[in-house]
Amino acid sequence: MADMRVNLCGVELKNPVITASGTFGYGHEFQDFYPVGRLGGISCKGTTLLERPGNPSPRIAETPSGMLNSVGLQNPGVETFVSELLPWMREQDVTVIANIAGSSVEDYVAMAERLNEEDVQIIEMNISCPNVREGGVSFGTSAASVENITKAVKSRLTNKPLMVKLTPNVTNIGDMAAAAEAAGADAVSLINTLTGMRIDIRTRRPVLRNNTGGLSGPAVFPVAVRMVRDVYKRVNIPIVGLGGISTWQDAAEMMIAGATAIQIGTANFRDPYAAIKVIDGLERFADSIGLSSVTELTGTLEEW
Amino acid sequence: MRYTQEFTKVLTCRELSAGIYEYTVAAPQISRLARAGQFVQILVEGKQLRRPISLAGFDAAAGTLTFIFEIRGEGTRRMAEAQVGDTLDLIGPLGNGFPLPEAEHVVLIGGGIGTPPMLPLAQYYGGKATVISGFRSASSVILQEEFAAAGVTVTLCTDDGSAGFNGFTTQALEAHLASHPCDLICTCGPTPMMRGVAAVAAKHGISCFVSLEERMGCGFGACVGCAVDIKQANGTVSRLKVCTDGPVFAGEEVCW
Repeated sequence: MADMRVNLCGVELKNPVITASGTFGYGHEFQDFYPVGRLGGISCKGTTLLERPGNPSPRIAETPSGMLNSVGLQNPGVETFVSELLPWMREQDVTVIANIAGSSVEDYVAMAERLNEEDVQIIEMNISCPNVREGGVSFGTSAASVENITKAVKSRLTNKPLMVKLTPNVTNIGDMAAAAEAAGADAVSLINTLTGMRIDIRTRRPVLRNNTGGLSGPAVFPVAVRMVRDVYKRVNIPIVGLGGISTWQDAAEMMIAGATAIQIGTANFRDPYAAIKVIDGLERFADSIGLSSVTELTGTLEEW
Repeated sequence: MRYTQEFTKVLTCRELSAGIYEYTVAAPQISRLARAGQFVQILVEGKQLRRPISLAGFDAAAGTLTFIFEIRGEGTRRMAEAQVGDTLDLIGPLGNGFPLPEAEHVVLIGGGIGTPPMLPLAQYYGGKATVISGFRSASSVILQEEFAAAGVTVTLCTDDGSAGFNGFTTQALEAHLASHPCDLICTCGPTPMMRGVAAVAAKHGISCFVSLEERMGCGFGACVGCAVDIKQANGTVSRLKVCTDGPVFAGEEVCW
């Protein structure tokens, strides 16, 4: 039996399968389907210092092999997260990745300080949300600002590893990953959603009330694989690959491209058991090809 | 358990009127949990997102669910291709149903494809209920026999007057309230209709529950895609989820 455990910047995960921020709530929503403790980790809904209402509806538009969303970081705020949502997650024996967001460098720093002593294992810094007016993706689209915010947060986050979640809406994602690494990031996760738009041809209005939204789902998977590969060539810190992974084959592909662990996002909506099927499928695959550890897949791509 | 995934076999399917389909499926688990006003998320082959469809009936003893949907696009068109014996992948029951308070004189108002969720309410309240059932025209009328079988009084309305009362359900509601007592109104249908019903209910001081529709990602609270603004008792407005906080809300709470 292959060892499914992976070490993600010093944190041992039961397996390399994490559920992605914004697609899994705070875990309890899936408890009726399976014990969420089976997962390698849960990345929480993007959380901010104060409660945020997010964007008006409609916030969802289906697209070929994917979807657009413009939720805009609706969340109850970090205090509610810590006092009401985190305790249940702790009882599930699952690695908790706190996804943090904000409108200013100071917001991110304050979030890091607030969570530094809490029982979460990794901080995922979301500098890639395309659906908020201030902050979000704007911190993630130039190497200088990635470096600046990563340094600022890392200097206060003394107790936990920092994973920087990168946006694909840049000219060169490798530069952003390298900037994060140079500033002390312990890992990077990619990709967040690709900015897109759908139009109702009868009303000639965007389908989404926010006009634009983030594209996710199988449609973005090949882009994500290519970007993980680009980043793998540029950095030595571990990479968490996500973007359209729906099956264990997708997960294996992402790991071969260079990912140490992967995240399942949009697939959770169509099949709530998607992440469990990926774990089981990866394990069978690892056994079938005689791996002693699933980590032996990571970065083993031989390019032409 | 609140909800579950169930692979259900199609027992019957029929086209009730042009483009409107009724399916009954064997769903022993979901039917045991279901309440009036809840919905299921139906997997559609080749589509990324499930389709949320409200329950038109559930029978725990028989282990069956009935739902009715209208072909609105590619996804519902594919759903309507399912035949008797086919398997449908459902998640449910989802959402909070109607609260079913004690009431002596209930008016249930369904508009178009919002009519089916009124049927379990009609069966629950029986002779205490009056149904006002509105459609675009005679060709889109559904469920009149089923309402009659539930023992409720039905007022049929069509926008073009091709069947029943020529006018909107809100007009029929005003006419009804002018000569009948009423202590509870429940409604599902197009947003302008529900907004109008809620306004009439508020004017008469009658308790009113509305069942909202919104585009959904998951249907069970994880994606926060189906937001709606709801007034709170303290005067503030909260952005809640139609799927898990609703789909039924008090009419006066909704920021129309």
